[in-house]
Amino acid sequence: MTISLRHSKIRLALHPLREGTGRPLLLLHALGERSPAEVPAAAAGWPGAVFALDFTGHGGSTLPAGGGYTCELLMGDADAALGHLRSATLLGRGLGAYIALLLAGARPAQVRGAILCDGAGLGGGGPEPGAEDSPLAPPAAAGPPDPFALQELSRDLRPPDYATSYAAQAARRAELEPPLAVCAAERPPWLVAVLDTPAARALSLAEALATFAGAA
Amino acid sequence: MRRVDSFGVEIAVHEWGREDAPPVLLAHGGFDFARTFEVFAPMLADAGWRVVAWDQRGHGDSGHAALYGWQADVRDMLSVLDATSAEPLPVVGHSKGAGVAMSLIHSLPRRFTRFVVVDGLPSERPQPDVAEHQRSQIVAESLAEWLDHRRRTAGAVRKPGTIDELARRRGRMNPRLSLDWLRFLVTVGARRDADGWRWKVDPTLRFGGFGPWRPQWMLASLSRFPVPLLGILGLVPEPMGPETTPDSVRPYLPPGARVEAFADTGHFVHIERPRRVADLVIEFLA
Repeated sequence: MTISLRHSKIRLALHPLREGTGRPLLLLHALGERSPAEVPAAAAGWPGAVFALDFTGHGGSTLPAGGGYTCELLMGDADAALGHLRSATLLGRGLGAYIALLLAGARPAQVRGAILCDGAGLGGGGPEPGAEDSPLAPPAAAGPPDPFALQELSRDLRPPDYATSYAAQAARRAELEPPLAVCAAERPPWLVAVLDTPAARALSLAEALATFAGAA
Repeated sequence: MRRVDSFGVEIAVHEWGREDAPPVLLAHGGFDFARTFEVFAPMLADAGWRVVAWDQRGHGDSGHAALYGWQADVRDMLSVLDATSAEPLPVVGHSKGAGVAMSLIHSLPRRFTRFVVVDGLPSERPQPDVAEHQRSQIVAESLAEWLDHRRRTAGAVRKPGTIDELARRRGRMNPRLSLDWLRFLVTVGARRDADGWRWKVDPTLRFGGFGPWRPQWMLASLSRFPVPLLGILGLVPEPMGPETTPDSVRPYLPPGARVEAFADTGHFVHIERPRRVADLVIEFLA
């Protein structure tokens, strides 16, 4: 049964994919995607409950009028789910991996490990502004996913030092050492920089799940 | 007042002057609203301009959106531009409104003729009213505090009060403006409910915040600004101001740009010195 959470004016859909005891795993989908209907095979080894969140403008969550998406807003989406679960290990794909990093930095005591995987929207709009273009033509398609989300979040800038400041916060307060596991093969500049900090290490997904599942 | 639909968000547009006069757009700053131009705009109208200002989403008489972001503000401005004129026109922007206008002018330079930026030229210091866009220094406490605020905002309402109470509260953001002016702003920027006056600005909007944007990027793009530029600066530092000085911005100015600095004047230059700012603008746009 989908859980409906409130984030400001948005209704978010949080999907319980599997019951279990112990710390839950929270799945954060990639740009333009939605929560899977079942626990992905690669995450089946997680010992506890598994939940998946639809971000604003995606899946079963509210599709608001007129856009205005930022990654910080989506961090707020993920925080609403974290507030419901109290504590979780995050598994993010693409855009969801970047959001998992932000939330791990913002709530280091509640996020018990964040696993960053490949997926759409991992690189965002790059590390700095490019040549001026015309981003403003209205997207034609109806969502979900919200075309404004696709447009705005794929242009969202991700400077490496902005990302590493979240990684530093994640490491400063988290009890896990290191709190970030990088499984992604694609390495945009922000992820290269994060991986270069003591807060992160490269692991396979199976290793990462085993590491965070075993941590107290 | 007319309303422009910006992809489902209703934007309130306020005008001064003759409908058949050449249009000029005015862009207000963060936590302000179009009618803060109530003294300045009529001066431009008297000089033969159709002055068109809009309330940013969540501000003044515009709709409260579900989401707020820089790209959305830029797109809302384009919606107002499209609903106003197909011909290129000049823009006057204050503070955050100037930053939003600069983004749109960079994207669509052929839609614009000239640009006046009133205390919104960038500096190395993040501009307080666009902090959510520019402040990139991350402190764990401020992150958690912001997220806690997001958790609380569902159903939030602004605190009611008398005209004087709201005027005094606003005085903290506008310490140099007279109480009479602030009282006037309450009567146009707040609405009267049964239990008192409330500012119309969306209660989910919050001063401060953080994001990946750097004021340095804005400075770098300034040097290739595509239309003639007049910068107006107030030299007295204020809570809402960017604290840009002629010396700090000069290395970044595009060729031919002109900067006029007002001594003994704060961030709201067009409110403190409406006649002198209007005269500069009228001369520059002529």
